[in-house]
Amino acid sequence: MIEVENIHKSFGDAHILNGITTCFDKGKTNLIIGQSGSGKTVFLKCLLGLFTPDEGSICYNGRTYSKLSGGEQRDLRQEMGMVFQGSALFDSMTVAGNVMFPMEMFAKQSRSEMEDRVDFVLKRVDLIDAHHKFPSEISGGMQKRVAIARAIVMNPKYLFCDEPNSGLDPKTAIIIDNLIKEITEEYNITTVINTHDMNSVMEIGEKILFLKDGIKEWEGTKYEIFKTDNQAVTDFVYSSELFKKVRQMYIEERN
Amino acid sequence: MNYLASIGSYAIMVVEVFKKPTKWKIMKTLILKEVDELIYGSLGIIVFISFFIGGVVAIQTALNITSDLIPKNLVGFATRQSVILEFAPTFCSIIMAGKVGSFITSSIGTMRVTEQIDALEVMGVNALNYLVFPKIIALLLYPFIIAIAMYVGIFGGWFASVFGGFSTSADFVEGLQLEFIPFHVAYSFIKSLVFAFIIATIPSFHGFYMKGGALEVGKASTTSFVWTSVVIIIVNYTLTQLLLG
Repeated sequence: MIEVENIHKSFGDAHILNGITTCFDKGKTNLIIGQSGSGKTVFLKCLLGLFTPDEGSICYNGRTYSKLSGGEQRDLRQEMGMVFQGSALFDSMTVAGNVMFPMEMFAKQSRSEMEDRVDFVLKRVDLIDAHHKFPSEISGGMQKRVAIARAIVMNPKYLFCDEPNSGLDPKTAIIIDNLIKEITEEYNITTVINTHDMNSVMEIGEKILFLKDGIKEWEGTKYEIFKTDNQAVTDFVYSSELFKKVRQMYIEERN
Repeated sequence: MNYLASIGSYAIMVVEVFKKPTKWKIMKTLILKEVDELIYGSLGIIVFISFFIGGVVAIQTALNITSDLIPKNLVGFATRQSVILEFAPTFCSIIMAGKVGSFITSSIGTMRVTEQIDALEVMGVNALNYLVFPKIIALLLYPFIIAIAMYVGIFGGWFASVFGGFSTSADFVEGLQLEFIPFHVAYSFIKSLVFAFIIATIPSFHGFYMKGGALEVGKASTTSFVWTSVVIIIVNYTLTQLLLG
C-alpha cells in the first residue's frame, strides 16, 4: 500500500502538484488519469523518488520515503519496478540482458539461477523466443512486454507504469493492460498506472484518480466513473462519441 | 551566474561519480567496453593526423630556414619539440574532444531522452558511477595514445624531411637527439592525464543533465565540444606555466 499525504511540487513559479492526498491499495491496479499538463508524470516521479516533493509525505507500507536514509531509500527502490512510456530498454543489451540487468546489479543468486528466473519471466510475458534479440529488432508491443518482464524480475512490491500502452494498436494495448492486471493479482503488488487511454480505464481501472491542474479532482472505481456527476471527469472521460454512447447504455442498463 | 551554477553542478557530479560503486564484475566489463570504444576506436584517426601534422611541422620549419648559419638539424629539433610539447598532448586532445567527447555526450544524452537513465535510477543504480566512472578509468590509457601520437608525428616529420628533400636523415636524427630533456615527455603525459579527465567528465556532464529531445542531444554535443576545448586550452596554459614556467 502507498499512502500519499498532501503532496506539493513546484518548478520555479510553476506549481505542478497542489496538495494531493490519496491511497493506492495492494493487489489492485490504480490508475492516474488527467489531461496533458495535469501533473500525472510529476506525481508518478514523486512516487518513484525521482522528484522530491516540496511538502507532504509518501509512505510505502509504513515507511515514509523522506525519513529514510540514503541506503534505505535505495533498498526501497529495489522493491519498485517501473515500465516507462518509451520502454527505456538498454539498446546495447539483448532482451535477456535487459531483463537480467537488475538481477546482475543487486541479486546474490548464481548465474544459472538468474538465467532460470529470466526464462521464467520471459515465458510469463510470452517472449521466450525473443531471448537473444536486441530492442531495435522487436516491435513496440514486444518492447513494452520486455519492460514489464524487467520490472517484475526482482519480485517488486510496487509496480509503476507510465502510459504503458501509448503508441500501441488497440489489440496490443489490451494485451498489455491485461498482462499488468494479471501480474498485479498474481504477485499481490501495488500497481500504479499513468494513462490517457480510456480503454485502460474501462478494462483495468480498479481505482481511478483523476488529476486536474495538480489537484485531486475525483477518485473512484471504473463503475463509479459511469455514474459521476463531476463535470471535469465526464468532459475528459466521455469526450469521444463512443464513450458517450457506452456511458448512456450503462446508465440505461442500470435503470 | 549560470556559469557558476554549472561549475557547481559539475563538481557535485564528479563527487557522485565516485560514490556507491557498481559491482566490480559488471564494472570490469564496462571498462573494457569503454577502452575499446574510446581508446582503441581513436587510434586510427590519431595515427593519421599525427603523421601528417608531423610532416607539415617539419616542412614548414625547413622552408623557414633561409640562413646558412642555422644548422640543418633544427628541422628534427623543432619537429620533436613541437610534437612532444604541444601537438601530441594538446592538439590530439582537441581532436579527441570532438570525436570521443561528442560520442560521450550524444550516447549519454540519448539515454537521458529515452528515459534509460531514469530506469537506472529507479532500479537504485548510481547512474553517474555506472556511466561515467568506466569512461574515466578507460581514459587513464590516454597517455598511451599520446605516446603513439608522439612517435608517429616525429616519424611523419622524418618521412617528409627526408623524402621531400628538406633534410638528410642524419641531420634530422641529430636534431631529434639535440638537448633532449626527458621531463618534457613527463610534462606531456601529465597534461594528457588531466586532459583525459576533462574529456571524460565534461561531455558526460552535458549529456547527463541535458533536457529536451533529439535536437537538444545535437546541441548538447556541440556545446560539450566547445566547453571541453575551452577548458583544455585554459588548463594547458595553467599547467605549462606551473610545470615549465
